Amino acid sequence: MSATLAISLVIGKTVFIIGFVMTLAAILTWVERKQSAVMQDRIGANRASILGLRLWGLFHIIADSVKMFTKEDFVPDTPHRFLHGLAPVLSLFFVMLAFAVIPFGHAISIGGQRVGLHVFDSEVGMLFIFAMLSVGVYGVVLAGWSSNNNYALLGGIRASAQMLSYEITIGLTLVGALMVYQSLSLTQIVEAQGQLLFGFLPMWGVLLQPVGFVLFLIAGIAETKRIPFDIPEGESEIIGFFVEYSSMKFGMFMFADFIETILVSAVVTTLFFGGWQVPYLVDAGFSFPWGGTIPMGNWAVEGLRVTSFIAKVAFFCWFQMLIRWTLPRFRFDQLMTLGWKVLLPLSLANTIITAIVVLWIE
Amino acid sequence: MTDITTTPADTIPAAAERPRTVRVVNVSERRRELTFWERIYLPAVISGLALTARHFFVNLWRHTLTLFGIKTEPGAATFQYPEFRRPSAPRLRSLHRLTRRPDGTPRCVACMMCETVCPAFCIQIVAEEVDDPDIEKRPKSFDIDIGRCVFCGYCVEACPEDAIRMDTGITQIGSLSRNGMVLDLRTLLELNGREEQTKQGVESLQKRFTSDLKPAEAIRAA
Repeated sequence: MSATLAISLVIGKTVFIIGFVMTLAAILTWVERKQSAVMQDRIGANRASILGLRLWGLFHIIADSVKMFTKEDFVPDTPHRFLHGLAPVLSLFFVMLAFAVIPFGHAISIGGQRVGLHVFDSEVGMLFIFAMLSVGVYGVVLAGWSSNNNYALLGGIRASAQMLSYEITIGLTLVGALMVYQSLSLTQIVEAQGQLLFGFLPMWGVLLQPVGFVLFLIAGIAETKRIPFDIPEGESEIIGFFVEYSSMKFGMFMFADFIETILVSAVVTTLFFGGWQVPYLVDAGFSFPWGGTIPMGNWAVEGLRVTSFIAKVAFFCWFQMLIRWTLPRFRFDQLMTLGWKVLLPLSLANTIITAIVVLWIE
Repeated sequence: MTDITTTPADTIPAAAERPRTVRVVNVSERRRELTFWERIYLPAVISGLALTARHFFVNLWRHTLTLFGIKTEPGAATFQYPEFRRPSAPRLRSLHRLTRRPDGTPRCVACMMCETVCPAFCIQIVAEEVDDPDIEKRPKSFDIDIGRCVFCGYCVEACPEDAIRMDTGITQIGSLSRNGMVLDLRTLLELNGREEQTKQGVESLQKRFTSDLKPAEAIRAA
């Protein structure tokens, strides 16, 4: 493969994944309004129109972004002007970066060459995501610190306490998944999930690590800092770490929240729901355990796989929205109790039991 | 469990002496302990999610049917307000109007009953004599300051002539100035009941709301 082709492929995949994430995040702002409305027997935002065309409020995305970009960008009187500007960039940057290692498809062949559908096939992809989730707290803490505002500082401290507590659970559930798949590479993990359990069940992570899945989902939602874990924001108490942000800087925090939602959905999909795997779909087409095959071309198979990945991610985004609009916010002590006294022992137990079972099978 | 004692049974009067059955509820009783399933919170979360998800899918299904023109129950309780109104109660007290005799003159005989009974002092009537011996008086001017009105409906009840009613169905009342809120005799006479409300009457009302003139000046200007 020529160097030009290789570089342009990497750029193409990067553009695809960034485009996908940004588009989905923008759509999520609409989904959040509409889904909550439909859940609560309302109609939701539907007034923005272009030439009388309303499209169920889809133009509110454009209206929102125009509003965000044209509002006054107020910077408070703070000695940390640079950090104040850096904080939203950091929050957005690290969550976006985490998508680099997530495989959104298996591989396509271009000119006889096999091109893996992932931007960066890291051997330690799982750790990379974990690291990006952890570093994400810097943006929040810096925002709280540099705002020169008590409430923002409280929000930043709450955020760091919460994220550190729940990262432990995330890390331990990742250890469980690591022991099951014997690999840290996300591409290998997804490929491993293409096998069949007992000859007919797709061997998705949720069947091997059911407790790990639930724990990871809870801790992951806690990492997104959205209701019911929006203690750092807590708009009825302290407004939160972004109280001193306006205009698109605030918009970036909000966007980072949505992208974190997508990230958690993507990681849950990758680790526990087979990533791009479609049940019984192998490289040559469908091959059912009860006999019967449907041969398909490489592009058709890959198209199905990418679609399957996107559909799974969309489902988990929907599911997180459902949780966000159903449950009330935890109190801070409840949050800490849940993190340290419930999730941590459970994830430890999950790790140990997984280890015993893995050893016993070997 | 608790040190606060309830009334001992023997101090309660015998059933025959009691006027009616009294049930003693000990409100100081401590809350019962939560069961294991209630404490782990997850079943409650799942049932809550099931409830909201059911609403989501049922409403989405109804919205989809409506989109394809199939009649179904509405997916939302929303009324798209400026375009659609909720039906108001038939006895709703809305904006006032003055009724007219068959020949078009106001029914009002300027008896001042409504002005007297008005708790908000928002009605001002100037009476003048009329040649007709059956009527004797009529309003020279009849101003209602809607900005002060409390919509109690006493004026309607006090009126012996059925000359003032609050059945126009108009509830959108607002003006850019205090003077604009003062409705004069002409405007009030042009309004009709909600069933036969005319465009002309509503337009004259809107003109009154948007004008900044005092009623007397408005008459002179016209």
